[in-house]
Amino acid sequence: MIKGLALLSFCFLTGMWCGALLGSWLGIDANVGGVGFAMIFFLLLKEASVRKGLWNGEFAFGIEFWNKLYIPIVIAMAASLNVKSAVSSGLLAILAGLLPVLLAFWVFKVLIKKLGTS
Amino acid sequence: MEELQLVLEKNGLVFAFLAVGMLTWGADVLSKKVFASKIPGSALAIFLALGMGYLGGLIAEGEQGLADLPLFAGLSFLGGGMFRDFAIVATAASASFLLIRKSGWIGLISLVLGIGVFFLAGVALAWMMGYRDAVSLCTLGAGACTYIVGPVTGGALGASSEVIALSIATGVVKTIAVTILTPLLAKKIGLQSPESAMAYGGIMGTSSGVAAGLAATDPALVPYGAVTATFYTGLGCLVCPSLFYLILSTLLGA
Repeated sequence: MIKGLALLSFCFLTGMWCGALLGSWLGIDANVGGVGFAMIFFLLLKEASVRKGLWNGEFAFGIEFWNKLYIPIVIAMAASLNVKSAVSSGLLAILAGLLPVLLAFWVFKVLIKKLGTS
Repeated sequence: MEELQLVLEKNGLVFAFLAVGMLTWGADVLSKKVFASKIPGSALAIFLALGMGYLGGLIAEGEQGLADLPLFAGLSFLGGGMFRDFAIVATAASASFLLIRKSGWIGLISLVLGIGVFFLAGVALAWMMGYRDAVSLCTLGAGACTYIVGPVTGGALGASSEVIALSIATGVVKTIAVTILTPLLAKKIGLQSPESAMAYGGIMGTSSGVAAGLAATDPALVPYGAVTATFYTGLGCLVCPSLFYLILSTLLGA
């Protein structure tokens, strides 16, 4: 169990490091794509360990646990968002938060139709 | 009673497991009994949690919703950036690398398109509301991207704290709007495949909103949406205070 979890942690930390390096290289105070890099490392290492026969039930369990914990984490995140200030901080925040989202839904629909992927 | 409260506050994370677990249980029952499983239990649990975040904000008058009450402080740890990102990476266990590589270009197009659409729409709305200086317009447009891009841009350009606060609020409204609207509109807009989820993550960009919205729609799509959304905030922080600001200030002649 802990070996799988260690693999996941290793990928997460290296990915975050890459994101931080890319951020500082671009001269901005933000992590650029850290999670994305981590996912790519993880997918590569996963394939390698499947091929080597390391990926068994016990090994995968440590990762599966976090995979399943994802939705509960999102629920906890939703409860700790600053919903009140978002709702009460005036018309502009609500309009500028909501209208572009509706516009983006429409852009997405058009893009998906153009690309014909579904 | 005092002892119990002390124990719960001391073991905040464990109490957060209990609280979220009970909410999920209640939401599942509600989904089955009241909505005949038409609204997924996880979507319902996320809506309920947002409602509680609002109540928490009313009672505690803080910035972290329900987590500002000492009893529920563990929620902000469980739902904080570290666990969220770690769990997102774990969801990649069920994703296909080949698919991600194949649709990488869709992700790139959607990222550029997404930042452009949100920034422009945000600037246009701020203009209609009477803002005329390039710094404020740029900060508010950046806030329409995500609640991180807004303050980063505002900080870099030296916007007033009132405008920065407004840009954060805008970003939070966006996150909530994406969370709620994604499961409702997913079918109508053709958000059903891994490729479309990658495009979706790039266009919407807010990692929390995309991830929560996709989780409520179809958990299998989460890793694909997350892999592009994770680049959005960084890219936004890069172009908003530089390229976009230059364009805006040139247009305004200031």
